[in-house]
Amino acid sequence: MHVPDGVVDAPTSLAAGVAAVGAVALSLRAARAEALEARAPLTGLVAAFVFAAQMLNFPVASGTSGHLLGGLLAAVLVGPWLGSLAVTTVLVVQALLFADGGISALGVNVLNMAIVPAVLGYGLFWVARRLLPGTRRGLLAATALAAFASVVLASVAFTLEYAVGGNHAAPIGTVLTAMVGVHVLIGLGEAAITALTVGAVLSARPDLVHGAGELRRRASGHEAVAA
Amino acid sequence: MSGGHGHAVRAGAVPASVVSRLDAGVKVVCLVAFLFAVVATPARQVWAFGAHLGLVVLAVVLARMPFGALLRRLALEVPFVAFALALPFLGRAPFHTVLGVELSVPGLWAGWSIMAKATLGVLATAVLAWSTAVAEILVGLEELRMPASLVAIAAFMLRYLDVVAGELRRLQLARLSRADDPRWIWQGRAVAATAGSLFVRSFERGERVHQAMLARGFDGRMPVTTAPTARRWWPALAWPGAAWAVAAVAMAR
Repeated sequence: MHVPDGVVDAPTSLAAGVAAVGAVALSLRAARAEALEARAPLTGLVAAFVFAAQMLNFPVASGTSGHLLGGLLAAVLVGPWLGSLAVTTVLVVQALLFADGGISALGVNVLNMAIVPAVLGYGLFWVARRLLPGTRRGLLAATALAAFASVVLASVAFTLEYAVGGNHAAPIGTVLTAMVGVHVLIGLGEAAITALTVGAVLSARPDLVHGAGELRRRASGHEAVAA
Repeated sequence: MSGGHGHAVRAGAVPASVVSRLDAGVKVVCLVAFLFAVVATPARQVWAFGAHLGLVVLAVVLARMPFGALLRRLALEVPFVAFALALPFLGRAPFHTVLGVELSVPGLWAGWSIMAKATLGVLATAVLAWSTAVAEILVGLEELRMPASLVAIAAFMLRYLDVVAGELRRLQLARLSRADDPRWIWQGRAVAATAGSLFVRSFERGERVHQAMLARGFDGRMPVTTAPTARRWWPALAWPGAAWAVAAVAMAR
């Protein structure tokens, strides 16, 4: 999912870069309202965690593997604003220090992997939380659903960018089918890991799960934790 | 999509060279400008990519970087190589028949374009990572007006990365020594459970690290203990300038 240089052309990369800078600026402004400076250590830890979790391969089928993208996980743990900043930081450092994801494609990667999960993924999580029962099980189901959707939506976003700025060699329908097909499988792994991670954190330190809402406050009693 | 991100930056100190003495902000700007020139170069002008590669080799020599360290970076490209290799089979007409297989000509060019540009991107970025200390890159980004709170998050992230990676190593060793080797998605439960305990364990260690940092007088800024660097824009910008000249000639043809 880390798009390298040369997949998307220069004007589209530049436009995606401008859009990503705008989205990050909005996240910064919203995060400042939530005492960003005091929460920088926790956000840095979530970023380090997403970074490390991307080293963790999970099997997809017959020995091929995918890895966690972590955008929705970060949003549920520290909220969508700090979450998108954490993943953006991961992507900037990966691009500059590890040559993982192209430098010119950084805007594309930030949009797909930091902004799409924070806006669309967390939006879906928010809606699902209100439709599902307000229990631990409901929270984890909403997390899994939104994590799955955020990976598939990221692959759709990539296909759109490729349709605008790609090399137009293959029909877009074919690219869409291939990308979404692979990412449905990766999304299942993402959903499982994200839900199990949030579940583990919820059991041990419910105060660290931003998306838990009222479950977080009730969790000092045991009825919310036991499931 | 990819197979893992097993990362290791250069072990030990940055070897002294013309490139390592250059200001990190200058290097980042040069790298971005260079790669936009590479991406803007039309794929069919094959000679232009040779010229770009020559510029990368020049930077490698100036940075006194061993070529072996450079080649190891190429492993990162693997997932998109698959995408590039699929394009000749998925692409549209006209077709070219090779050994009885119909390959799309635009697909072949598109695959070549992605491979060439992505390779140049990985190589050029490897030179920056090799020749610059991590703390310097953060200072450079701050000088380039990246918001201070993002730089603070990045500093904490890099600080905590060793903590988290160490915990992950311990957890994975424990899992593998119990003979866990999943091949299919429904066998991945132990991997997922690892992620959960990883967060809780590293948060609790990270909390202690942060408190220890505060006790030692941490005030929100990482101390920079590197040699002063030179902020020479013009000689440095000649490097992406040459790439843009190549790209301009290639576009005009």
